Amino acid sequence: MMPSPTITRPRPLSPNIQIYRPQLTSVLSILNRITGIILSGCAVVLVVWLVAAAWGPHAYAPVQAAIASWIGRIVLFGATFAFFLHLCGGIRHLVWDTVHGFELRSIYISGWSIVAASVVLTVAAWVVSALMGG
Amino acid sequence: MDPRNMRDMRTPLARAMGLGSAKEGVGAWWAERVSAVALVPLALWFAASIIAHTGSDYATFIVWLRTPLAAILMILLLIALFYHTALGLQVVIEDYVHSTTKFAAVIAVRLGCCALATAGVVAILRIALSG
Repeated sequence: MMPSPTITRPRPLSPNIQIYRPQLTSVLSILNRITGIILSGCAVVLVVWLVAAAWGPHAYAPVQAAIASWIGRIVLFGATFAFFLHLCGGIRHLVWDTVHGFELRSIYISGWSIVAASVVLTVAAWVVSALMGG
Repeated sequence: MDPRNMRDMRTPLARAMGLGSAKEGVGAWWAERVSAVALVPLALWFAASIIAHTGSDYATFIVWLRTPLAAILMILLLIALFYHTALGLQVVIEDYVHSTTKFAAVIAVRLGCCALATAGVVAILRIALSG
């Protein structure tokens, strides 16, 4: 088979990711995606937990014990932060979808706001949880 | 081909037919937003409920899941959550996987989310409706 000579049009290329200096905007953008993937894994755990609860106390006990273990709690703490960051980041995206807050200053204000809100909400969730008898 | 159009991403046929890049994509984009709007209150309610049940034993947890409000909101959460998850993971796959694996991965994500949502809903119904 003869390779047919084709006219190659130069396609626009963007520089690779490591060319760019990390900025709040780009870091939060990729974090929204990474936390989404982490929360997908958490959703699987949620279903395992619910199915175990439906199965009965004998199935529920080991799942609950795994979640309440020290490793389980460390993972759950990380998952809590991922949850609030994705939630706050998602709300930020919904605001952008209404074509608001696109000025550079607004983007940085909302960006640092969701970071602060996620930290505060994560700590608050665990403090309240501890007060509830955790 | 006019050299001035050399940097244009669209093919001459697409230009002639007036076709843009996105036709059906807006449906998935819109569904992701609608499920996101549903998930904001549902996820906050879920987080608050779980925090309130810290230290609760199995019996207490089951009693709570048997209340109609908790059962209904949990089912709505599971549906919105796995719908949103399927759409979100599909976008991630489409951005990074450029081989035939892409289709297999998208199908696996869709079927997996469907199965997990069903399992979760059946678990809730079993708890809520069992005598």
